[in-house]
Amino acid sequence: MSSIPATKRLTGVKQHENIVGWLMAAPAVVLLTVFLIIPFLMAFIFSFTNQRLISPNPTEFVGVRNFTDLLTIRTLTIDPILDEAGQPVLDDAGNLTYPRLREFTRNNPDYPELDGLQELLSWSSGSQRVFLLSSDVVFIRALFNTIIFVLVIVPFQGGLALILALLINQKLSGINIFRTIYFMPVVVSMVVVALLWRFIYDGDNGLLNTLLGVLTFGSFQPVNWLGDPSTAFPALMVMSAWQGVGFHMVIWLAGLQNIPETLYEAAGLDGANTWQKFRFVTWPGLRSTMIFVLVIITMQAFGLFTQVDVMTRGGPLDSTQSIMYQAVQRGYQAQDISGGSAISVIFFLLVLFVSMIQRYLTREKAA
Amino acid sequence: MQNKIRFVFAVLAVMLVLVGGISAQEPTTLSMWYHGAGNEVERGILLGIIEDFNASQSDWVISLEEFPQISYNESVTAAAVAGNLPDIIDVDGPVMPGWAWAGYLAPLSLPDGTLDNFLPGSIGVWNEQVYSVGLWDAAVAIFARRSVLEANSIRIPSLEEPWTGEEFDAALVTLQGTGEFEYAFDPGMAWTGEWYPYAFSPLLQSFGGDLIDRTTYLTAENVLNGEAAVAWGEWWQSLFARGLAPLTQDSADRDTGFIDGRYAIQWNGNWAALGALEAFGDDLLFLPAPDFGGGSTIGAASWQFGVSAASEHQDGANAFIAFALQDEYLAAFSNGIGLIPATSTAAAMTENYAPGGPLEVFYELSLQQAVLRPPTPGYANIALAFEKAAADIANGADVQDSLDEAVDTIDADIEANGGYGFGG
Repeated sequence: MSSIPATKRLTGVKQHENIVGWLMAAPAVVLLTVFLIIPFLMAFIFSFTNQRLISPNPTEFVGVRNFTDLLTIRTLTIDPILDEAGQPVLDDAGNLTYPRLREFTRNNPDYPELDGLQELLSWSSGSQRVFLLSSDVVFIRALFNTIIFVLVIVPFQGGLALILALLINQKLSGINIFRTIYFMPVVVSMVVVALLWRFIYDGDNGLLNTLLGVLTFGSFQPVNWLGDPSTAFPALMVMSAWQGVGFHMVIWLAGLQNIPETLYEAAGLDGANTWQKFRFVTWPGLRSTMIFVLVIITMQAFGLFTQVDVMTRGGPLDSTQSIMYQAVQRGYQAQDISGGSAISVIFFLLVLFVSMIQRYLTREKAA
Repeated sequence: MQNKIRFVFAVLAVMLVLVGGISAQEPTTLSMWYHGAGNEVERGILLGIIEDFNASQSDWVISLEEFPQISYNESVTAAAVAGNLPDIIDVDGPVMPGWAWAGYLAPLSLPDGTLDNFLPGSIGVWNEQVYSVGLWDAAVAIFARRSVLEANSIRIPSLEEPWTGEEFDAALVTLQGTGEFEYAFDPGMAWTGEWYPYAFSPLLQSFGGDLIDRTTYLTAENVLNGEAAVAWGEWWQSLFARGLAPLTQDSADRDTGFIDGRYAIQWNGNWAALGALEAFGDDLLFLPAPDFGGGSTIGAASWQFGVSAASEHQDGANAFIAFALQDEYLAAFSNGIGLIPATSTAAAMTENYAPGGPLEVFYELSLQQAVLRPPTPGYANIALAFEKAAADIANGADVQDSLDEAVDTIDADIEANGGYGFGG
């Protein structure tokens, strides 16, 4: 044995370790490749074709058409209608009147670039009316909704989870009961939770309406939470936060329990009050936990799907559309795999972009 | 040496057994897929037919595999991609053209005259060939109570003389005005999905619109967003705006609202008829759809049987379907799960659809008023686009814009699919 040089022995061991390492990683690598990497590459390729779910037609490459169909946005400025004398025609309320948008966007040879576009937004500018037109209003709504959902859910759910974690991070008898209660919704399937919350939000005799009615001694007018475009999406957000908050609470709790008790004792000796202890001991100690929670909630929030599918199917009036819901809706329901794939690719880029911003903002700053 | 002789004998013996096995003509097994997993009654009837068929001849043996309805279509699509389609496929009527176009299904070859007496909605035709046949059909009607209509002096319509659009609308306003009902009319908004195009597009057709231009099947322009369609949309929207119909509804209200007397009249299918009959008995009426000018129409086509194009034994599959189309089996399905039997002779053998039976009128509705949902492979997408438009309009969206959007979605899909085989 001693005849073998020490360095050679080491490389041998290293090679052996390498092989063992790869063998151990193999199940995970194979599964990730088959179920994540290959499907994603396929989606990427499909998004540049006209691939259908069911079709005898050959698949053809169509360039970026799927993406332009989703993302084309143009503006159009329309002049008010004038009568023969050149005076604007007013409606009964004395407002300017405009020709209908569809006269420009449907089969109008003068505006070929606007064909098939729909109104996203419109506003008045002087006597003119400006329209922001989109080739796919539903998708833009879905994109916009998903971003709003993330912007609201991440601080709301993360903050609530932290508050709950602080509340249950106490040595009281029976505290485990509260931990269990807060964690319970996480264990229940989202489909079940969504079905139950449909009853809570019911417009006629739902629990929420009844409760608000009792609390206000009957002066509360029942609201059709999921049926009204202005309340449907906030209702979905509250329900989502309720379902997910327990999970992040547990992660916060783990972080809290990693902070050494001695730091609090030292802070106490220095005369710090409760807020100061939180601000200067707890919060810095939770830094890495915070980054983890932030990333996890963001990912989960972007994937908004089940609640929409079970509770509202994107309605009323597209107020609860989401990117994932549209991807599934188009890929499978409308049997347009290429369209669904294009949405998935946009979704991937969006999540990648946001994750990179988050990484940049939460990076370890050089001392 | 002896060993060698023994060996030769052994080989000969094995060969004899093998040859004997082949000459006895084992029947060929044909696989069949069905959408109704979980329904014991349905399973029992179907297994009965299969047993009878297996016993009636010695060439084929059918083996049944059942799937839950909710994942059935996906299973077939996946099997087609993997090349594992069964010999006999159960297919939903409006989906059939898509599967025929995609090459999943082969045209049927049934003995001449087999389908002579069948309801039009139970025969699946694509490209002028029959691809599927149903043992039953389904139909929708207006459920109403004679006592309620008479108390409010509303004329009771007949198949020959349905309500006109104005009459129907006036009846709803009258019923709402009584204050006895939460809503005068329950179209069934809780049943999202296929119910919307199945149940609501006939109203659109009665106004003179349609889901697609049926002369070419290449565009919905001017048909789904023309003047007639806009008139339908305005009326449809006004139903909810005037509070005549419930806009958001949970399925429990849908199931019990009419029976509990909270809705005055309901737009519902024959599958719900027995439950309502139990509640109201002779007082219950099944009335034809109102006529808004273009006639009184309802949707048609339910689950049907077809033969897989990949099957190596299409003759056997056809033989089974021809066997299953006997009146006694049609009647058995009808008695078992309440469906409309596909022939008049089978109807005469049933409890509910025989002349004088409580649901007789549904057979006539199917026979006289059924209009198929557009038989085109693009239907899946048309159904989605229409469902969204109908829901958006009901929720107060601009009628013309919503219909334009649906037309754009449908036309873009047809173009992306090279016309779905229409227009050469």
